[in-house]
Amino acid sequence: MNNQRSFFYNVDWFTVVLYLILCIIGWFNIHSAIYDEDHPSIIDLSTNYGKQFLYIVSGVVLATVILLMESRFFSALAPAVYVMVVILLVLVLVIGRNVGGNQAWIPLGGGFRLQPSEFAKFATCLMLARYLSGTNIKVTDTKSFFIAAAIIAFPMVLIILQPDAGSTLVFCSLIFVLYREGISPLFLVITGLIITLFILTLLVNQFYLVAVLVVIAGALIYFFRRNQALIVTVSVGFVICVAMIFSVSFLYHHVLKQHQTVRIDEWLGITTDPRGIGYNVNQSKIAIGSGKLWGKGYLKGTQTKFSFVPEQSTDFIFCTIGEEWGFAGTLSVLIIYLILLFRIVFIAERQRSNFSRIYGYGVASVIFFHVFINVGMTIGLVPVIGIPLPLISYGGSSLWSFTILIFILLKLDSNRMGLV
Amino acid sequence: MNSFFERRYVILGIFIVIILMLIGRLFYIQIVDDKYLAFAQNNVIRRFIKYPDRGAILDRHGKILVQNEHVYDILVIPKQVHEFDTLEFCRLLQIDKKGFDQRLQKAKIYSNFRPSIFEKQLSARLYNSFQEHLFEFPGFFVQPRSVRTYPDSVAAQFLGYISEVNDKIIEKSNGYYHPGDYIGFSGAEKAYESVLRGQRGVENLLVDSRNVPKGKYLNGRYDTAAVAGERLISSLDLRIQKLGEKLMQNKVGSIVAIEPSTGEILAFVSSPTYDPNELVGRERGNNISAMYKNPYNPLFIRPIQAYYPPGSSFKPLAALIALQEGIITPQTTFFCAGGYQAGSHWVGCTHHHGVTNLSYGIEGSCNTYFCNVFNKVISQPGYPNITASYLNWKNKVNKFGFGIKLDVDLPNEKRGFVPAPAWYNNRYGKNHWRANTIISLAIGQGELLATPLQMANIECTIANRGFYYRPHLIKSIGDKDVIKPEFKEKINVGIDSNYYEPVINGMQAVVERGTAAASRIPGIVMCGKTGTAQNPHGENHSVFVAFAPRDNPKIAIAVVVENAGQGASWAAPIASFIIEKYLKDTISRRPSGINPKKYMEANLLPPLPGSKPKPSYKYLPKDSLKKNQADSNKRNIKSDSGKKTIPKLALNIVNSKRKEDE
Repeated sequence: MNNQRSFFYNVDWFTVVLYLILCIIGWFNIHSAIYDEDHPSIIDLSTNYGKQFLYIVSGVVLATVILLMESRFFSALAPAVYVMVVILLVLVLVIGRNVGGNQAWIPLGGGFRLQPSEFAKFATCLMLARYLSGTNIKVTDTKSFFIAAAIIAFPMVLIILQPDAGSTLVFCSLIFVLYREGISPLFLVITGLIITLFILTLLVNQFYLVAVLVVIAGALIYFFRRNQALIVTVSVGFVICVAMIFSVSFLYHHVLKQHQTVRIDEWLGITTDPRGIGYNVNQSKIAIGSGKLWGKGYLKGTQTKFSFVPEQSTDFIFCTIGEEWGFAGTLSVLIIYLILLFRIVFIAERQRSNFSRIYGYGVASVIFFHVFINVGMTIGLVPVIGIPLPLISYGGSSLWSFTILIFILLKLDSNRMGLV
Repeated sequence: MNSFFERRYVILGIFIVIILMLIGRLFYIQIVDDKYLAFAQNNVIRRFIKYPDRGAILDRHGKILVQNEHVYDILVIPKQVHEFDTLEFCRLLQIDKKGFDQRLQKAKIYSNFRPSIFEKQLSARLYNSFQEHLFEFPGFFVQPRSVRTYPDSVAAQFLGYISEVNDKIIEKSNGYYHPGDYIGFSGAEKAYESVLRGQRGVENLLVDSRNVPKGKYLNGRYDTAAVAGERLISSLDLRIQKLGEKLMQNKVGSIVAIEPSTGEILAFVSSPTYDPNELVGRERGNNISAMYKNPYNPLFIRPIQAYYPPGSSFKPLAALIALQEGIITPQTTFFCAGGYQAGSHWVGCTHHHGVTNLSYGIEGSCNTYFCNVFNKVISQPGYPNITASYLNWKNKVNKFGFGIKLDVDLPNEKRGFVPAPAWYNNRYGKNHWRANTIISLAIGQGELLATPLQMANIECTIANRGFYYRPHLIKSIGDKDVIKPEFKEKINVGIDSNYYEPVINGMQAVVERGTAAASRIPGIVMCGKTGTAQNPHGENHSVFVAFAPRDNPKIAIAVVVENAGQGASWAAPIASFIIEKYLKDTISRRPSGINPKKYMEANLLPPLPGSKPKPSYKYLPKDSLKKNQADSNKRNIKSDSGKKTIPKLALNIVNSKRKEDE
């Protein structure tokens, strides 16, 4: 009796409630986005909203199973799970089903299929946590840093081969984990700098950019003229920046695929083609913008209902929220995500075990990245990168992946007083 | 162990900043910027126009002249087409496999998802057999449409036709008409467009991204229903209209009959005519271009557009003016020795009439008498110069609606031609002309040009003893039988009513024992006047004007048969048949032995240009075949016709007017 009670005793119900709220918001908005008059019932299993209901139910079952499992289990099995996911990622390249240009799916029969890249997220988080929580492992050590980076990079390489750029980029968010564990803040700054430079290079003539950099570097060197080391750092940084400016063009035209560069061009306003490549974002903005403050009401969105917005139940589900629930709806959803992120960070920080804390930051990073990219994409803040909105977008793999991600943390948290 | 504990604030800070950025952007596009709402509405709301049925036009007894017939367009949505029995389909539609493939391909090129017309205007019969099988042909559906239909195929020029709007009309209409709309293009269809067309309805539909309608916007709150066009009751009498068209077949000319007591036009025949049904349906394009090429020009509305010198039919009017001026009395006589000496020119007369008074002058159509009368009118004292005295005469002629527009309710009416004094001043020098210079006006020749409608209207005025109502073709509009106020206004021509009887005596004598005696109708007192309009290019035009009965007249008529010779030989018998048919609904055996059959069968079409050498001067084409009769005013007084400036000018008027109207 005492034993059974302990399974759910320490569970962070606050997070569970947030989880369920997001799932239900998703379910209702999927219902509205792909509403079929012949099948009006939200639990009609011949429709995708009926299926989403099944996924949520099975997600809850999955969560229960995780909570019933032994905490030590996750740390112990992390390498095995990681290896299995890597095998699946290789397998998908061989026998995968190609959907929408990405060879990302393994057919399971019965119309269901599995997307291994979704599961790679929690597997990588687990493995990273397992490695970094090891004794005498400090991420500030060069060797440890590279091993940690390799753990992150390995699935990335396999996923980019599918090629699924969106899912690949998700792993970049794990830099927050490394930052929390002690790598130099320069990594964050440099990452930010690289992105900024990349965008600026596409927007501004390279020679103007170099000229500006010369001025900045000159000013810095003058400012630090007493400090030899800083002068060297600034000089090296300057050379790297200039090198990067000139390599962007090469990268852009030879490494990135054309369908990616046109999306970036459209995003930056270098090209404008609202009927072609910009159609999705344009219609998505129209959907969200036309929602005004209170929205058009449930099942009354014209943009999504009359299929102006593509991928309306998956990647562009946020349009339905924006259109039918207005700014009130979008604000609420983003606030719920922010609360969830804060709660996860709070949970992570209260762990005694490094494994649990590192894993917790992994969860927060992945969820944050998904929300930022997905919502940013629907309102034209970031280029179109097809990744789902956590717990809201339609799809079993995505929902289960986030369920596992979150509930492993909750299980670890429920046992935070014990040793791992 | 938590050595980098404080770094969580950096991470949380980044989360907050990024999420706030998203919220800020959402606030901007959802609350601040209004354009997205407009875009969203443009995306989904489509205005569909519902077309009302065009109004029907009936004759004065309620018989249908034009109404709507429902035809059926077959539409196809290529995306929805699945396999089916194409052979059966082709058999039902009476098309071949190749035509089927071409049509489907065309539809696919237009759009795979939106309906496009597969086959136009199926008749009801073809549609019925097709409709039973419609369910076997997925992707095809039927849309009813209404087209004009003319059960009796008459009165083509009066009814006019409808046609697709062109860019100019669309631009002028301030957005009322859209490409593909139809509009009345001529005749009553044009004149009464605004009442016939009805009121269009609007339906706001929601469409999806493929433009497929998905339902009504706001349950049709902003929709309006289409209101059918008004029906028009025309004044035409179908019986005499049909008889008139039959009598005029294979002839060039016009018949206009008017009810004097109302101004309602009873018959409006323009010959050669065409079957108005030819301008509807699949063969329309071919038929209309054939009509444009037809040298007899069936689209020309002769009753209101063709010009003829009225000839002797003008004499009663000339007499009335002289009586009113006090120049003559009914008892005044002139001696006719077979002609009139106008200065150095001789105007011949058909007979030596001897001592001639007014009635006898009309009965015998005595040129001598009327030349004398005209000379006295123009030369009468009290006017400073010829300009003033001629202007007085001209104004009196204009009062009868001759030389001015009668404002009949059809577009493109011509005004006829009565020269202004300036015209003669210009030609002969200021006041360097006299009555004898323009003496041919006395007998309805010279520069005078009238439309058949004007000739008939003059008879109305005589029949009414002094006034007329604006001739019109539409009696009443709509279910409430609205009559336009301008058609109820009595127009006085300024001749005292007691002057009419002596003139009418003469006109009665014309039919009793004069030039038109052969056309006398047993039991009906008809008053008329023959005319023979001189035509230097061929046979003269046969003209006859009349009204009947003498007391309480019911019908006034003008008949012109081009190139038919004497007024008495063709125009008068044709007029008599129509009058008798109208008054008695039957045509009796005539003492003279004439019967309608002979007139219906006669072919008086002038030889086509090209069948003999063309005249060297280009601007003088043949008669109304080429849209004007201006040349007919070259008359028998050769020495008077000067240097051919008359026809040229008259022709210019005709041509320039026509261009404006087109």
